[in-house]
Amino acid sequence: MKGPAWRRRGLLAASLGNLFFLYLPIAVLIVYSFNAAKLAMTWQGFSLQWYAALARDHALIVACQNSVLIALVSTGVATLLGVSAAIGLERLPWRLRAWLDGALLLPLVIPEIMMGVALLLFFVLIKLPLGLLTVTIGHAAFNLPVVMVIVRARLRKLDPQLEEAARDLGATPWQAFRRVTLPLLMPAIVGAALLAFTVSLDDFVVTFFTAGPGATTLPLKVYSMIKTGISPEINALSAMLVVASMGLVALSLAVQRRRIFTH
Amino acid sequence: MTGSLASRAGVRQAGWLLAPALVWMGLFFVLPLLIVLLISFASRGAYGGVEWTFTLVNYRDLADPLYLWIYLRSCAFALATTGLCLCLGFPLAYYIARAPARWQGLWLMLVLVPFWTNFLVRTYAWMNVLRADGLLNRLLIATGFISEPVEILYTDLAVLIGLVYGYLPFMVLPLYAALERIDRSLIEAARDLYASGWTVFTRVIVPLAKPGIIAGCLLVFIPSLGAYITPDLLGGARSMMIGNFIQHEYLVVRDWPLGSAASFVLMAMVLVGMWGYQRTGGERPL
Repeated sequence: MKGPAWRRRGLLAASLGNLFFLYLPIAVLIVYSFNAAKLAMTWQGFSLQWYAALARDHALIVACQNSVLIALVSTGVATLLGVSAAIGLERLPWRLRAWLDGALLLPLVIPEIMMGVALLLFFVLIKLPLGLLTVTIGHAAFNLPVVMVIVRARLRKLDPQLEEAARDLGATPWQAFRRVTLPLLMPAIVGAALLAFTVSLDDFVVTFFTAGPGATTLPLKVYSMIKTGISPEINALSAMLVVASMGLVALSLAVQRRRIFTH
Repeated sequence: MTGSLASRAGVRQAGWLLAPALVWMGLFFVLPLLIVLLISFASRGAYGGVEWTFTLVNYRDLADPLYLWIYLRSCAFALATTGLCLCLGFPLAYYIARAPARWQGLWLMLVLVPFWTNFLVRTYAWMNVLRADGLLNRLLIATGFISEPVEILYTDLAVLIGLVYGYLPFMVLPLYAALERIDRSLIEAARDLYASGWTVFTRVIVPLAKPGIIAGCLLVFIPSLGAYITPDLLGGARSMMIGNFIQHEYLVVRDWPLGSAASFVLMAMVLVGMWGYQRTGGERPL
């Protein structure tokens, strides 16, 4: 990089300042989750007691189970439907495809709260009781376009001649898909599914509107804990969520990257 | 002839592949939105339900100064968030784009990692820092800037900090993508022609980075306009934004028609923004 040294140093300082801003609250959160003090901000020694308290919290364990169940089912639905739609979209005439491409972006840009209230009204009007089922339906709906966009990006980079070559060598369309296209798509599919799983585990707004009293998920539980007051227990729970979601996304990226290196 | 037959079979096949997703999105996305649109033209029943009579009264009610104020405040918050993200994000994105290639990936990773954390948790994390006995107040007192703790949490300032924090990566990534593509020889050519640093910045770098700037601004503006968690947790009783207003109308007041009208106005604002983006982005890629 050319330019005077002061400018370079200024830029570096600004960048480090940004990183400080990005990491400060998370670092504070994690550090204080190990604090022995009940009043979180004075340091009174290292302790795992808040983590132990979490393990004893029965409602929390139920919320965890709900979250995982919802994430698994909604990811399954979104992945199945999203992958199938991505493949179908690729075979449409371009005009129809371009139109559908635009329409399917809509769920990605409309405000989450809009989706939440719309689903709430819909479920109330069709008299479907709010609970695990309604939350799962909502999660699958906002994750489907996510899966589709990721798989489509991969599909577009594939060489169509590969499938044609398989057909020329006598493969049926299904065989060509099953033995050539699908293996090539697999990393994108797994990556998309992991991302959908993470998004579902993390979602608050849509869940908040569609859950009803019986279906508390982890973020809903965190929210109600925050609303009842700041406590070291929330710090411990949040720290665990930080580590969990970072792990999942890292896994998703690793899966998607591996394909780039092996092919 | 066979080609068109094959493509027709292809379209039919594509239809079957697309059908489940289209049915799902039609049922659980399009239909609910249509219901919201319909209800926004209905009136409120005596016991909080909906009476199906066509009326524009909900949209007229939204023009009430009290509600207009909430919309204006939300726009102001979203604009301020966008501006701050741009000011903070530009130097960072520029630095990353000009860093040696092997460092760029690491820097981008560092920007993204906090972003993967649950939004609720990230917002809560600031409560620890901003509260009256929190880290920031302790630091300010220790360094002698203030003698008494000041209330930062539950103010507009806290909401702004939370919004900027929440959406900064949305600004940095498109800015980086645009800045990284700039041909360095253009900057050197400008320098060789005796342009000052500032002139290079305003006449070369900014115009070339424009698509990234526009994309970043929209990606920050849109979610901050509809923000719900941030003002709810960090803001005070009077820090209401559109999102909180909608939630309040639906779940507290149970005035569904007014809440529906409010959310449609929000969605219209977002779509107008998107449309504007596609126009600038589509017609003038530079």
